[in-house]
Amino acid sequence: MSATAATPSAAIPGLGRKIGSLRKERRWALITAYVSLIVAAIVMLAPPVYMLVTSLKTSAEISNPVGTPWIVRNPTLENYGALIGDPMFRGFFFNSIKVTVLVVCVTMVISVLAAFSLARMKFFGSQVLATGVFLTYLVPDTLLFIPLYQIVGNLGLLNSTWGLVLVYPTLTVPFCTWIMIGYFASIPKELDEAALIDGANWMQMLTKIFIPVALPGIIAATIFAFTVSWAAFVYPTAFITRPDEMPLTIGVVSQLIRGDTFAWGQLMAGALLAALPPVIVYAFLMDYYIAGLTAGATKG
Amino acid sequence: MALDATTVTAGAASGAPARPGLTLQRFARRRSTIAFIMALPLIAVIGGLVAWPAGYAIYLSTLNRRMTASIGLENFAILLESETFRMVIWQSCIFAFSAVVLKALLGFWLAHMLHHIPTKGQRIWRGMLLLPWVVPPALSTLGWWWMFDPSYSSLNWILNAIGAPSVPWLGEPWWARTSVIIVNVWAGTPFFMIMYLAALKSVPDQLYEAAAIDGATGWQGLRYVTLPMMRNIISITVLFSLIVTFANYDIVRVLTNGGPRDLTHVFASYAFQVGVLSGNIPRGAAVSLFMFPILAVVAFFVLRGVNQRNREMA
Amino acid sequence: MAQVTLNRIVKEYEGGVQAVKGIDLDIADHEFVVLVGPSGCGKSTTLRMIAGLEEISRGEIRIAGNVVNDIPPRDRDIAMVFQNYALYPHMSVYDNMAFGLMLRKFPKEEIRRRVENAARILDIGMLLDRKPKALSGGQRQRVAMGRAIVRDPKVFLFDEPLSNLDAKLRVQMRTEIKKVHQTVNTTTIYVTHDQVEAMTLADRVVVMNHGVIEQVGPPQELYHRPLTKFVAGFIGSPAMNFIPARLANGGAALNVVLPGGITLPVPEERSRRYAAYAGKEVLFGLRPEHLTEIRPNDHRPNLAHLQLTPEVVEPMGMETLVYTWLEGTEVSARIDPAVAAAPGQALPLAADMGQMHLIDPQTDRVI
Ligand SMILES: Nc1ncnc2c1ncn2[C@@H]1O[C@H](COP(=O)(O)OP(=O)(O)O)[C@@H](O)[C@H]1O
Ligand SMILES: [Mg+2]
Repeated sequence: MSATAATPSAAIPGLGRKIGSLRKERRWALITAYVSLIVAAIVMLAPPVYMLVTSLKTSAEISNPVGTPWIVRNPTLENYGALIGDPMFRGFFFNSIKVTVLVVCVTMVISVLAAFSLARMKFFGSQVLATGVFLTYLVPDTLLFIPLYQIVGNLGLLNSTWGLVLVYPTLTVPFCTWIMIGYFASIPKELDEAALIDGANWMQMLTKIFIPVALPGIIAATIFAFTVSWAAFVYPTAFITRPDEMPLTIGVVSQLIRGDTFAWGQLMAGALLAALPPVIVYAFLMDYYIAGLTAGATKG
Repeated sequence: MALDATTVTAGAASGAPARPGLTLQRFARRRSTIAFIMALPLIAVIGGLVAWPAGYAIYLSTLNRRMTASIGLENFAILLESETFRMVIWQSCIFAFSAVVLKALLGFWLAHMLHHIPTKGQRIWRGMLLLPWVVPPALSTLGWWWMFDPSYSSLNWILNAIGAPSVPWLGEPWWARTSVIIVNVWAGTPFFMIMYLAALKSVPDQLYEAAAIDGATGWQGLRYVTLPMMRNIISITVLFSLIVTFANYDIVRVLTNGGPRDLTHVFASYAFQVGVLSGNIPRGAAVSLFMFPILAVVAFFVLRGVNQRNREMA
Repeated sequence: MAQVTLNRIVKEYEGGVQAVKGIDLDIADHEFVVLVGPSGCGKSTTLRMIAGLEEISRGEIRIAGNVVNDIPPRDRDIAMVFQNYALYPHMSVYDNMAFGLMLRKFPKEEIRRRVENAARILDIGMLLDRKPKALSGGQRQRVAMGRAIVRDPKVFLFDEPLSNLDAKLRVQMRTEIKKVHQTVNTTTIYVTHDQVEAMTLADRVVVMNHGVIEQVGPPQELYHRPLTKFVAGFIGSPAMNFIPARLANGGAALNVVLPGGITLPVPEERSRRYAAYAGKEVLFGLRPEHLTEIRPNDHRPNLAHLQLTPEVVEPMGMETLVYTWLEGTEVSARIDPAVAAAPGQALPLAADMGQMHLIDPQTDRVI
């Protein structure tokens, strides 16, 4: 690239060769890019693919490997069938759905209200609170689970999904509020002034103007809250030991690993089923998902 | 309400009207009352579920095992004297540092490669490469665990197929640590990639064109245009990731659960082990609190970066 | 429809910035008043206090005789058009215009009637189903005006409504706004930094500077009889020449002596007015359009001839602007394009001394 640009005095005959080399350079860059991406894709997709392959195998095939373990010779859905027929696994699923739906609703109500208040209305200390939201977002769950264990225990909510509903907002609310503040702050101030003159009160301004205008942000925040609640692991591992109150993550990890008779096929099937909802959401709403992911840093 | 009164006084102090009790003023006052009420649930979450537990953790860490009496800083002292815990500190630092560096480099490389292929194809590649980030880590780690299995390891099968010897992935401390890092890098690289890609896309093409006309090679373009433009996003992403990696629990719990012989514990898993499994809550709280200074330093730098950028953008 | 009265209005922002420093203004019913002044002089602040978007620090605003200081915007019965249009991006043009009426619980048919009426006035009937994103700048501006018209408020407020449009569209929309005002005849307060916009639109122009009103009057009055140096320099384009000069006694008459010794006679009828300044340093003000080429059969009284050497010549098509510097002071003249003028070549010029102004350099007031 530089060669052509740096030597304007190059003789005309040489020019053709240089353009040729430029094209070649571009082609090489492209080849490097594709090779890197293919290798990366193989590495990134190998574990889930291997999980899928394993989940389609019978226990016999798993324990007597002939040739490569990476392909399945007699695919079967019996692992999935067994899981779906298992009331305990269905219970995990139900618990996860219950906790996630509740947490997402609570999170969105809390963070939309708070973000609107912090981005637009201001009150004494609102600046401090906005910084506080950001700092809270930096506090990891593993720093808090022991005191929360005590607190949840004192409330009698250990071994209950309600305990999870209570504490999951610490994972979701700060980030969702933070990105909603960003989205709301990017709405021009004149828009609320126009609404004010048009006769809107604060609630109408929020519901009729801010929420519809910031809908992409709300979707992104909802997806975030959903993924985080669904994937939460530390809190349920610490708070829940009774299988019938477990959500999927800890349920699969702790209950599907049975003694010595490793039911690998079933374990992998369970993990994949448990991972399915976030993957589906991701597949259909990838742009919002990524917007939410990057908003935290770019809007900050 | 108390906060509210303060606002109004502040307004009056800065030379506002001498006219008493007026509707517009009341309107403003009502506005900040409504604003405060709207933020109240958030304040409750931050105060009740973050700030208070954090303070409570400090209190807990000063108690004895039965939580009947205060023993001051003894828990911390005991921990610092314990060989195992000193290794946990080491381990966590090495783990976080090496994993973040690898993620940052690989993520940067992939973002760059992704940025260079035609826009039309980028979506599908991005879609595939982001998958590890989407799957809940506890679950994808199960897949890795199975790939690392001592007798049925599919990774060893590949190694053997190319003539290399089998690796005791989770059996030996050194390999176990490496395995934890591998899984963490696998799960975290997509996040870096996506952040960098967003940053790369925000660098206007004209800048590269101007640099090329000024005689910059591709490498110099990267060095003098791309990196400076992305400095902020790189540092913020690295700092975020440092916190998350440092505090990681899922992967260690599923992969090694601290073993072999408690040699692969990080702060989180050790705190869990001590606090919840062995029932020494105060000691466990003390273990988690050891994360705090490091997190505080990181948070300080993140905040400074964010503030700086806000100022630059304003 | 209503008159608007501003009585000693002061605005102090937090931190002690006085953006508006005690303004008095009476705006009559149906009047079109333009607030004009350089950026940061407090025009928007004044307008926003009238709208109720900023609190009034001191003073009193009346709309239709009622003090509105403490009335929130929605109850002031005003409508405002913003520079960036502030259209609700998620609503169609129709809904944008209907929103205010809907919140006020107007019946559906009434809303439809009013929106359609406004759309007819503004010629946007075919855009009613579109979203703002699908509109051009000029169309958005019309919708923003439509939103104001449907409410049939007592007062229209405009804050630099044309500043986001390109030059050609700006001229077109200017005419449009004037037409709308003639149709609906609502009291209008219009803020702009563009003096041409102010002159063309206003019944009365209010020139502001540093938070105070410099002068209020019909456009022609501001042009011909500015009260201060600021107004003299702000109104008119290219701006008036200000040349440091001495007022010399030349026998019975007074003379203006410019740097470089150029001497121009003051018209006789002004001698009395300027007598007190005889022998003193003053600023001599003359608009470029009153410094022209020497025309045959020019019967304007009080013409004085002088010779300048242009340093820059800018042909504009219908006229030519020439610039020279008199001891560091720029002097410009507007001459007929047919006159051959070249940099470095002495050019005989005629100064219309009947249009001259003298400014007291101490007070910056026109004498
Ligand atoms: N919210 C505010 N806080 C403090 N100062 C402000 C605020 N808004 C405007 N100002 C200051 O008040 C002065 C007048 O502003 P404005 O009325 O917007 O001027 P303009 O005539 O350009 O519309 C400016 O000096 C501006 O910096
Ligand atoms: Mg303004």
